[in-house]
Amino acid sequence: MSAVSPSSASDAIIACNGLSKHFGGVRAFTDVAFQARRGEVTAVIGDNGAGKSTLIRCLVGVHMPDAGSIVFDGREHPFSNPDGARKAGIETVHQNLALIDELTVAQNLFLNRELVRRIGPFAFLDRKAMKREARSMLSRLSINVPSINQRVRRLSGGQRQAISICRAVGSGAKLVVMDEPTAALGVQETANVEALIRRLREQSVSVILVSHNFDQVRRLSDQIWVMRAGKMAATVRASETSGNELVALVTGAA
Amino acid sequence: MSNPTDNAPVAHSAGAAEESRPSLSALLLDPSFWADWASVVGLVGLVIVFGIAQPVFLSVANLQALLLAAAILVVLSIGQTFVVTTSGIDLSLAAAVMLGAIILGLLNAAGYGIFIACVLAVLATSAIGFLNGLIITAGKIPDFVVTLGTLSGITGLGLILSGGEPTMVGSTFLLKLASGSFGPFGYPVWVAIAAVIVAHITLYHTRFGVHLLATGGQVESAGALGIRTNRVKIAAYTISGFCAGIAAILLVARIGSAEPQINTSLLLNSVAAVVLGGVSLFGGRASILGPAIGALMLTALVNGLTLLNVSAFYQPLAVGAIVVLAALIMRYQK
Repeated sequence: MSAVSPSSASDAIIACNGLSKHFGGVRAFTDVAFQARRGEVTAVIGDNGAGKSTLIRCLVGVHMPDAGSIVFDGREHPFSNPDGARKAGIETVHQNLALIDELTVAQNLFLNRELVRRIGPFAFLDRKAMKREARSMLSRLSINVPSINQRVRRLSGGQRQAISICRAVGSGAKLVVMDEPTAALGVQETANVEALIRRLREQSVSVILVSHNFDQVRRLSDQIWVMRAGKMAATVRASETSGNELVALVTGAA
Repeated sequence: MSNPTDNAPVAHSAGAAEESRPSLSALLLDPSFWADWASVVGLVGLVIVFGIAQPVFLSVANLQALLLAAAILVVLSIGQTFVVTTSGIDLSLAAAVMLGAIILGLLNAAGYGIFIACVLAVLATSAIGFLNGLIITAGKIPDFVVTLGTLSGITGLGLILSGGEPTMVGSTFLLKLASGSFGPFGYPVWVAIAAVIVAHITLYHTRFGVHLLATGGQVESAGALGIRTNRVKIAAYTISGFCAGIAAILLVARIGSAEPQINTSLLLNSVAAVVLGGVSLFGGRASILGPAIGALMLTALVNGLTLLNVSAFYQPLAVGAIVVLAALIMRYQK
């Protein structure tokens, strides 16, 4: 069932067509069409093994699809590895967050894009500028941490998630991809991270959100894509669907 | 990592304010304070104890001799620190010093200028470090195994090159380096001070330093953010080799000849100084001043025991006891 037709891709930040990926004899997904619009939160849902994680990994350059095309920001097949995806403007909030415990909040926010001052042939870290920038990045997203000089090790799970998201957004990424951003969080922390994602939406940051939580997806996203058994089963506007419909789409009862 | 029961509201922690400084008394009761400052506390303790037991210890002449004797170990500890920061260990460090010394001696004996001999010796030891890093990262072999292998290989190479015989190095430049002084300190001490400063700036004020800490802290995360962790590791080993070369020059200058003998206590003490300096052997946490002071402390220990006429046989025992004690205290590190 190819119920999904890629509509006018002009407002799409990323669009893919006919995408297939298999590992040896195991098909992850076949002939998938998917797109995310600029400035929207686009959710991908599906059961375990439906292929959504592999799809996301293809989008951010971790895997190369076996067939099909990816167009990101108007460019076809824009990258072939995660570093290339980053350079092209796709930031991933990894499930393991990719934070360095022993470094401070500010150091983590600027990791591998440190600001430097050049003195002759030498480049020294501009720590003042990075701390100042880090403060403004955090305050722009209303993220509270005890201190930007604090080691990340001592932050809570929700704070770590917030730092990770802030880093992705603060890099000036055109698209932020989040894989289960609240999977490991408690109730209050989940609420905080959801509030943060809502602020991203208000600021028109393009986000792709992978989640198991249908209620969360309906609360946070504009468009929802449903994967089932390695196919893109359906796509619906979040405002026009119900939890029951999503369950039906994910399980195939519809 | 993230603990599901950890529901503390984010907003509860007041604003993105400045860090609060704990009071002095709280600091002194905190075991992690002692862990972080073990080398300083140990050094001060030793100076007090030896100063009381043997007042000659505190004489200017003895303190100058102590610093002079510590210079080589300080330089080596810095090299070892860079490697340990990446959660590695360089067991070939002392062997590289030996090979550097032999190359220096042989080149000098073959009629090359002393400067060229020194530069080539440093290049050779840097190449050894580079090779260590390359084998470890490209071959995905544990640091321990690779540097143990190069330790043995370099030892053999040193013996082959030198024929097992020491080479006298009679150079006025090296003689001046060993015995001359500027201001209160001998030249080797200034070399060590310069090494400390350069290493400190590299670690804390350059992108490489941050990437080094990130690589040692969480190598996968660092890689996910595009840091070339293998290159960082290779660079750390190359720095270690470079330091071994500098130490080789200082050693040849000090004893006036290049000996095909490994000073194993140099290797053990370089690791010990790093541990005393509060650098985590698991990587990701580092300091330059800490290991440098750790090296001073170990040298002070040997110096003090000698002044107290304690048999030299007891010195390794004392060093070992202090290192194990320091490692125990380190468990309280935050």
